[in-house]
Amino acid sequence: MMQYLVSVIDDKSNSGTDEEMAAIDVFNAGVQAAGHWVFAGGLASPDSATVIDNRDDAGMVTDGPFVETKEYVAGFWVFEAPDLDVALELAAGGSRACNRKVEVRPFL
Amino acid sequence: MSDDIATAITRAHRGEWARVVAALARRFGDLDIAEEATAEAFATAVERWPADGVPPNPGAWLTTTAQRKAIDRIRRESKRDDKQKEARMLHDDDPPGPSGAIDDERLRLIFTCCHPALAPETRIALTLRLVGGLTVPEIARAFLVQETAMGQRITRAKAKIKAARIPYRVPSAEDLPARVSGVLAVLFLVFNEGYLATGPDTPPVRHELTSEAIRLTRVLRELLPGDGEVAGLLALMLLTEARRTARVSAGGELVSLDEQDRGAWDKALIAEGHRLVRERLATGVAPGRYQILAAINAVHTDASDARATDWSQIVALYDLLVRLDPSPVVRLNRSVAVAELDGPEVALADVDRLGDKLDGYHAFHATRADLLRRLGRSGQSRAAYDRAIELAGNTAETAYLSRRRDQLGQRDTSIHR
Repeated sequence: MMQYLVSVIDDKSNSGTDEEMAAIDVFNAGVQAAGHWVFAGGLASPDSATVIDNRDDAGMVTDGPFVETKEYVAGFWVFEAPDLDVALELAAGGSRACNRKVEVRPFL
Repeated sequence: MSDDIATAITRAHRGEWARVVAALARRFGDLDIAEEATAEAFATAVERWPADGVPPNPGAWLTTTAQRKAIDRIRRESKRDDKQKEARMLHDDDPPGPSGAIDDERLRLIFTCCHPALAPETRIALTLRLVGGLTVPEIARAFLVQETAMGQRITRAKAKIKAARIPYRVPSAEDLPARVSGVLAVLFLVFNEGYLATGPDTPPVRHELTSEAIRLTRVLRELLPGDGEVAGLLALMLLTEARRTARVSAGGELVSLDEQDRGAWDKALIAEGHRLVRERLATGVAPGRYQILAAINAVHTDASDARATDWSQIVALYDLLVRLDPSPVVRLNRSVAVAELDGPEVALADVDRLGDKLDGYHAFHATRADLLRRLGRSGQSRAAYDRAIELAGNTAETAYLSRRRDQLGQRDTSIHR
């Protein structure tokens, strides 16, 4: 089995409507029942990000995200699936439920 | 190396490459290993066959050799070795599955190469490499890109298939229709590469590619008998392939459609193609691009000689096609039919409007050259032939264009001051 990160792409954080949240709950329950569930979560906006660079023991702390973009990862699922086709099918269901586009990437 | 051995190796490469790659991909689940090991097996054949003789079953010899190479390679490379996996590979001597339509190994390979998670141009390159056995330089030439760029594209695609675990299988019934159009595009390109091979060192027609494309399209049709575009592409290929032997002269020169010996056309293929076109017409469903192209070829192959061709019907079919696909290449092909219906002057006006987009395309200059020749504008025609010859990659086509150019008079007679 492989694990896939399915990132939810948005230009806002925590912007789901009540209907979307309900659809996500139904979708999540289905994924759990089918045994593909690993983890999921929403992420606060990049405004709340802090970047640490301690590579030279310099303890650099910077306010803000590592890259400024209009769209960013606003949440994610981690699914367990035997291959990409299954992961894509799950991701398609996730995209429909949360009404946003998603990106699928395999874990190494 | 004797000619016999060289021929045997060439034949094995054409006939067995895709089978060996597909068998290894299935067994090892890794396209990269499958392809590298297959290439190594062919290299070993080149070394060994001249001394040992051609084995009685070259395909089996190549598969066994490639499997050994693959296992060696996995052993060499697996530092973090997974003993269990290795043991399974060593003992997996399952006989290959039944060779029915759905189990066709090469079809699985094609669907893997044409997976929607890969970019369209990558799918074609990967199919030509893994299924067609074309070399990276050949593919690079076919796509007018640098060899290194093409090599990287193929390498990245194989890495993605492995890392993302794109499955090695024919998609399930409900996913098939959505995945088929990409596969058809790739099969058509493989066919075209065979029908008008691009390299200066390759034969002008690569029958192994055209027949492989037809074979795989037939398999696809068995899987999807109700899909109009699959039937259309099959009909198109059959009607085109029917003219293959009449298309290149004994001297290795392309023979244009109007000059072809129609008695040499393959009647069985034409009959089958016409049957498919009629079958699609009878459904009453609006035809797609391949069905329209097949219908155009049905009109051509219906005519007992070139003058009997129903050009108004061909132009009407191209009008339908332009509405579906207004690309400059389609419009160029339409203008060839317009030249027959409305004369070369009208056609030339159409063609000249496409100059910006098609300046790098040999067929654009070849078409212009022919129209200019028919209008008596020899000087401009010669320049257009020169440009077409410069861009054409097919040896038979280059020979044809050169002769046409050399038949022009020495002076431009159209300009009288």
